[in-house]
Amino acid sequence: MKWSVTCLVLIFSFFITTMVSAGDFSDTDLSFHLPVPENADQREYLGLADGQTFTLGQIRADMVIVQIFSMYCPICQREAPEVNAMYERVAADPKMSERIRFIGIGAGNSSFEVDFYKDTYQVPFPLFSDGDFVIHKQLKEVGTPHFIGLLITPGVGEGYTVFYSRSGEMGDPVAFIDRLVALSGLDF
Amino acid sequence: MQAVKTLFVGSLLVLFIVGPLWASSSAFNTLYAYPELKPVDSVLRVTVGQAAPDFSLPAVSGKQVRLSDFQGKKMVMLTFIPAAWTPVCSDQWPGYNLAKPLFDKFDTTVIGISVDNIPTLYTWTRQMGDLWFEVVSDFWPHGKTSQDYGVLRSDGMADRAVIIIDKTGVIRYTHVGDINVRPELGMIIKALEQIHSRGPSE
Repeated sequence: MKWSVTCLVLIFSFFITTMVSAGDFSDTDLSFHLPVPENADQREYLGLADGQTFTLGQIRADMVIVQIFSMYCPICQREAPEVNAMYERVAADPKMSERIRFIGIGAGNSSFEVDFYKDTYQVPFPLFSDGDFVIHKQLKEVGTPHFIGLLITPGVGEGYTVFYSRSGEMGDPVAFIDRLVALSGLDF
Repeated sequence: MQAVKTLFVGSLLVLFIVGPLWASSSAFNTLYAYPELKPVDSVLRVTVGQAAPDFSLPAVSGKQVRLSDFQGKKMVMLTFIPAAWTPVCSDQWPGYNLAKPLFDKFDTTVIGISVDNIPTLYTWTRQMGDLWFEVVSDFWPHGKTSQDYGVLRSDGMADRAVIIIDKTGVIRYTHVGDINVRPELGMIIKALEQIHSRGPSE
């Protein structure tokens, strides 16, 4: 009897925790434009044609992971190698590498600051500047680092659906990407 | 049956403990956000070309830092910040920490100056990791160095200012920006590059 009550309490607590942390991402406003990268490899990576700007829904992928970072953020600095490791984990998997893309947006970071961060940590995926905090304000000034998971849904709404949006440390990169893949509902 | 119970309870405990870790927060869990402050509330008392007012202030490292000790050795960038444990300030020095190679390139050291006392600065800067530069306290006499440079605000905090001093001890660059905005790194590095390429003042 005693252990049954304990189990019920634990089950209830876990599901409450999960429900709270799952959140509702319908109000995550990602309706901004980013500049098409000048670098041809990065354009190819995102599946973008030449042009001035693009929206997240135009990225050629099934799933996009957006990292909101800052070169001034100690956690972003400390976890940069781990974020790279997450990218490498996806790149090393033929199925995932075809369907998942990463981008980073530097909240309040100028192009100079974003480039310096990219060079310092040899970040392999495209990074974009949000020097005037325009995107950051649109995202309700989330803390950094902040990760957003999107399913790309061409022709539906904005062309994407947010399934994950959370601030804080990423932790183990393999566990994190595995969790995002599980939450996405995509079959790899 | 006991083994099943143990396994079940153990699994739930693991799930319960691991779950919340995904939501862990940023380096600074507790910050005090002032409402929008008057952008600049001081009048600079130093100009480019004059000798930088000397100072000797206690540092978080336990040392006493004297500006004139750097003469003939390094250029110095003074970075005055308003207050510890506030959002913009907390997001400024960690960037200079990362940018050490850029400061090294131009033979420059950084001195962070705040009117907060040493215990506050120590506790706050520990959240930033291991800073490579000295952080000094202008707490007592309150804000004297900030006052000497003309960056002390009427509320007792310092304005957000950057002062670059060459190896001869002469001020070569001043920037007192909006207290609510972090100065852009590219602007600072460009100034260092120009001063470094022109060499010391006559």
